[in-house]
Amino acid sequence: MSDEITGTEPGQEVAPSDGDTKALRPGEWPPADVEHHLRRTDTDPKAQARAVRQVATMFMLSAVMVVLFIVAFIAIPRDAVVSIPFIGPISALNSAMGLTFGLAIFLIGAGAVHWAKKLMSNVEVVQERHPMKSTEDETELAADIYEVGKEQSTWAKFPIIRRTMLAAMALVPIPFIVSLRDLWIQPADVGTPSAELRRTIWEPGMRLVTDITYQPIKADEIPTGGLVNAVPENLREVEEDDHNLNARAKAAVIVVRMLPEEIQSQQSPEGTDWGYEGILCFSKICTHVGCPISLYQQRTHLLLCPCHQSTFDLSDSAEVVFGPAYRRMPQLPIEVDDEGYLVAVSDFPEPVGPSFWEISRP
Amino acid sequence: MKSLAKHRRHPAAVLVVIMLGLLLTGGLYAAANTATEARSVEADALLIEEGKRLFLEGCSSCHGLAGQGSDNGPSLIGVGAAAVDFQVGTGRMPLANFGAQAPSKAVEYTDEQIRAIAAFVASLAPGPSIPSAEDLDFTGVDVARGGELFRANCSQCHQAAGRGGALSNGQYAPNLMKTTPEHIWEAMLTGPQQMPVFADTTLPPQDKKEIISYIESIRASDDPGGWALGRFGPVTEGLFVWIGGMLLAVILAVWIGAKVR
Amino acid sequence: MSTEQISGIEKKGASAATYVDERVHSNSWFSRNLNKVFPDHWSFMLGEIALYSFVVVLLSGVYLTLFYKPSVVEVIYDGPYIPLKGVTISEAYDSALAISFEVRGGLLMRQIHHWSALFFVVAIAVHMFRVFFTGAFRKPRELNWVVGMTLALMALAAGFTGYSLPDDLLSGTGLRIIEGIILAIPVIGTWASFLVFGGEFPGVDIISRLYGIHILLVPGIIVGLITVHLMMVWTQKHTQFPGPGRTDKNVVGYPLMPVYMAKAGGFFFLIFGLITIIAGIVQINPIWIFGPYTPDQVSAGTQPDWYIGWLDGALRLMPNIEWIIFDYTISLNVLIPTVVLPGLIVTAAIIYPWLEAWATGDKREHHVLDRPRNAPTRTALGVMAIVFYVILWVGGGNDIIAVGFDLSINFMIWFLRFALIILPALAFIITKRICLSLQRRDRDKLLHGRETGRILRLPTGEFIEVHAPVNEEERAVLESKPDDKPLPEPPESDSAGVRNPKYKSGRRAAGLSRFLYRDTIEKPTEAEIHHGDEAIEAEDDFEAPLLEREESMHVAHDGSVLAKPAVDAPETTSDNGDGGSEQS
Repeated sequence: MSDEITGTEPGQEVAPSDGDTKALRPGEWPPADVEHHLRRTDTDPKAQARAVRQVATMFMLSAVMVVLFIVAFIAIPRDAVVSIPFIGPISALNSAMGLTFGLAIFLIGAGAVHWAKKLMSNVEVVQERHPMKSTEDETELAADIYEVGKEQSTWAKFPIIRRTMLAAMALVPIPFIVSLRDLWIQPADVGTPSAELRRTIWEPGMRLVTDITYQPIKADEIPTGGLVNAVPENLREVEEDDHNLNARAKAAVIVVRMLPEEIQSQQSPEGTDWGYEGILCFSKICTHVGCPISLYQQRTHLLLCPCHQSTFDLSDSAEVVFGPAYRRMPQLPIEVDDEGYLVAVSDFPEPVGPSFWEISRP
Repeated sequence: MKSLAKHRRHPAAVLVVIMLGLLLTGGLYAAANTATEARSVEADALLIEEGKRLFLEGCSSCHGLAGQGSDNGPSLIGVGAAAVDFQVGTGRMPLANFGAQAPSKAVEYTDEQIRAIAAFVASLAPGPSIPSAEDLDFTGVDVARGGELFRANCSQCHQAAGRGGALSNGQYAPNLMKTTPEHIWEAMLTGPQQMPVFADTTLPPQDKKEIISYIESIRASDDPGGWALGRFGPVTEGLFVWIGGMLLAVILAVWIGAKVR
Repeated sequence: MSTEQISGIEKKGASAATYVDERVHSNSWFSRNLNKVFPDHWSFMLGEIALYSFVVVLLSGVYLTLFYKPSVVEVIYDGPYIPLKGVTISEAYDSALAISFEVRGGLLMRQIHHWSALFFVVAIAVHMFRVFFTGAFRKPRELNWVVGMTLALMALAAGFTGYSLPDDLLSGTGLRIIEGIILAIPVIGTWASFLVFGGEFPGVDIISRLYGIHILLVPGIIVGLITVHLMMVWTQKHTQFPGPGRTDKNVVGYPLMPVYMAKAGGFFFLIFGLITIIAGIVQINPIWIFGPYTPDQVSAGTQPDWYIGWLDGALRLMPNIEWIIFDYTISLNVLIPTVVLPGLIVTAAIIYPWLEAWATGDKREHHVLDRPRNAPTRTALGVMAIVFYVILWVGGGNDIIAVGFDLSINFMIWFLRFALIILPALAFIITKRICLSLQRRDRDKLLHGRETGRILRLPTGEFIEVHAPVNEEERAVLESKPDDKPLPEPPESDSAGVRNPKYKSGRRAAGLSRFLYRDTIEKPTEAEIHHGDEAIEAEDDFEAPLLEREESMHVAHDGSVLAKPAVDAPETTSDNGDGGSEQS
């Protein structure tokens, strides 16, 4: 690209469109073949002086804004609130800092652009382009260099070196990839991922307790049309031991109650009841991509996912009635213990959560 | 008289006077109490009577003459005063037209009348009652726990900021920003329309208090960052950055590129 | 005084330049580049918006790293935000709350970071539209188009990884959806998910892993690619719109020093300032309202940021198809919208420059841009893609729209499913028609000049509209229309009867070429244009005597003498423009 400047020869005579012949200085491009408009600032000294003032004022105001920013930073308390029309009460500190800092930056830009537009040269100029393709000579030289290098390297002479090197290069990233295996350190008592995904911490006889408050749930205390967001009773202990939310991400359930005659079907084998007097318990984790669902519409018994709007009919085995989910929401078999509290009969008979490759394996 | 006067310095005299005084005031109190009770029963009866009249006028065409329900409206037996206060008090009832869901609108009855209808419906069968002043006393309530309960039980439908959300088939969980604590309480208790029932047994009054005080706190809270765009989250933010932000940036670019005269 | 001071500074500057030059040969580079010419057009600054918002993202992001803790260790919140006091939250969320409420200016920086991130992706999209619709991706810029596409993907990756870091309810839900998508990958899904999350979802590793990717890997790649992108622009020089004196062999505009230093440099400050002002008064992502992430909680209206929203919409619109083949599950309801669809779209976009080059058989360098109307099929394809995207985006926000406009989400999903097929096709047809009629108008303008709106009545009683020749500038623009014609069908065999080995691919190229250029309006030839010009001049010949007569009638009026207008027009009575051309 060293010849780019050749469009301008020092002292070259050019004829701009207005007919004036003038010599181009080195580093100056010839004007383009378009009509050049003179600006007010080019002809009117007053307009020019005004533009100069405007630019300088903007730069000066920017500096003032920086000062105001520092004042705001020091003087405005964190919790002070200011009410702005149409927006409402907002943090005085945040808005003051945003406006002063923002304007300080903005004014520099505005000043620079105003300067460029009003005062800097607005003569459109032409620079020549050169094709991207290198010249024949250059290409030939490059090819020659390559040939010389190839010969000197003995690359072609000893194919065994070439092949072994390529093989080695192909294999050498493998250790890095293999090292990624322990992104998951598999505990000794844990099987394959799919086996893990199939089970939850629900066990036979385990009580259902309310989420957040961990109170056991008496069956006769759930009203018809009621909804309880529930978890296993040992969830709190499990979470304290594990220091993660993994158990919750699979075991969360919703308990709903409808009139027994409204239940059209359950996931239990024909003629058996996995509920208790109209109380049914389902997984809360969507079978689509795993959002927790408890948008239960008590009159239609529909359960809606807020993420992708899969809809399940809880009165009909939680089958999918709308949306992208394919599998129904797994039902947790429940019964009542001696004291009248809801307990699980077993873990979920079907895997909870999103589908995966091995999910339908027996 | 003389003998009495003679005995007035007797130590027992004080006791007797006190006893007498107690008897008298006790009797008076008892008498007055029966009177108020009688009056309140009478007033209740009147209120129920008035409620019945209003009910027959405005509600019975759908809910049946005895609140037993019809094809056009559910039975109101056992829904309690709370349901009436919520449905009528938020303008959802009487229904303007049959749609996917009864929207809240201008209230058609006075507070007095609503209380009357509520009393009538409550007289049909026992049901949840209107929360007491004590229920709605939120002093010293743990707002943060209310937040946890809100996110566990409410935000899935009503959105994390209580701005409401869509349900299936044109139904929706309403925006909570203008709902009074009383009505929120009643809604939880009675489960209006598609909303599930959160009875006091599964969601104790203390939990309800905490939830309502959390809703109140986010309703009253400022948006420190500025204009909240409705607190709807990324959808409105995305619209803003296209319509507001990018438009301004393009205007600036046009300004830079524009020819100067 | 002042001049002396400045020259003092200049002297220091010159000696510094010499110092550097003696070590890195820099003056040579300056001599060739300091006055590089850039063409002036507002749409050439869209890419700059992307660049500058990225710089703002970097600056504010560095600030945030000073306070943010990428850890999910549980802590009890004890900060000034009362509605969360005492709640068990992760350290990541805790530090994000501290940035929002305790660090002075922290909220501002968080909002600058998030707004500029949204700006970045919007600007990339708009810049890409400009490049596509003007054909700026043609030779020699195909490679830079690919770099740009990769940059766009990296921007999405940066955005998504950042979205997940505050560990609030929205970001966690987003991660959960990602887990669902990873699980759906055939064969390796469960293992991939366990490796990504360090075991089961959510685990304790994902936040710190995403943090590394978000602040090091992805921005590193972006910086590298931006460098390549800009170096290519520098080497190839900027494209320019058609205009007088502008050819494929030159570039007309203003030099970098000084005009573009001020304009482009100033624009950085304008964009930075604009974002900062917005961040000061418009709230974004109020994490304190969403609450900490827990896998069993969710908020209605849970959405990703806008640029991922279309994939969320695709997930919603997809019918529930799942295949079970020999006991193995393939979740097409997840794979098609989130893997196959974006894969196809990105691939199609990346290879488009070569497809078009193949169909035109064009090996020339293009530096003068196409006007979108002059490439009607390309423009129509672009609009079609935009419509497709917008429908998916609407799908991603359909619950918000349903609540706002009292619609049913079920109805909206069905409507959008059909709209996704019908509307893009409709947009294609309509856009193409519009382009072609604009072409026709351009042709008319070139041939007959510009319509002046002045109606003249000819002596024969005929009305004509006076046309004026288009000016130099407009003519240059109109004449820039490329003369695109569909490629001819290749011969099946040559004259000697030998089968043409390239027959099949040639036929395909010709087919695509027909699709692209079949309907284009033919550009008038030089002769036709010349002919048209003469016709316009002839019109002027009509006009002059008519005007004269008008004037004379005025006089007549004033003099209260009614002159009888001469019915005869000069020579060219029966013929209109064409006939008039003979005499001139």
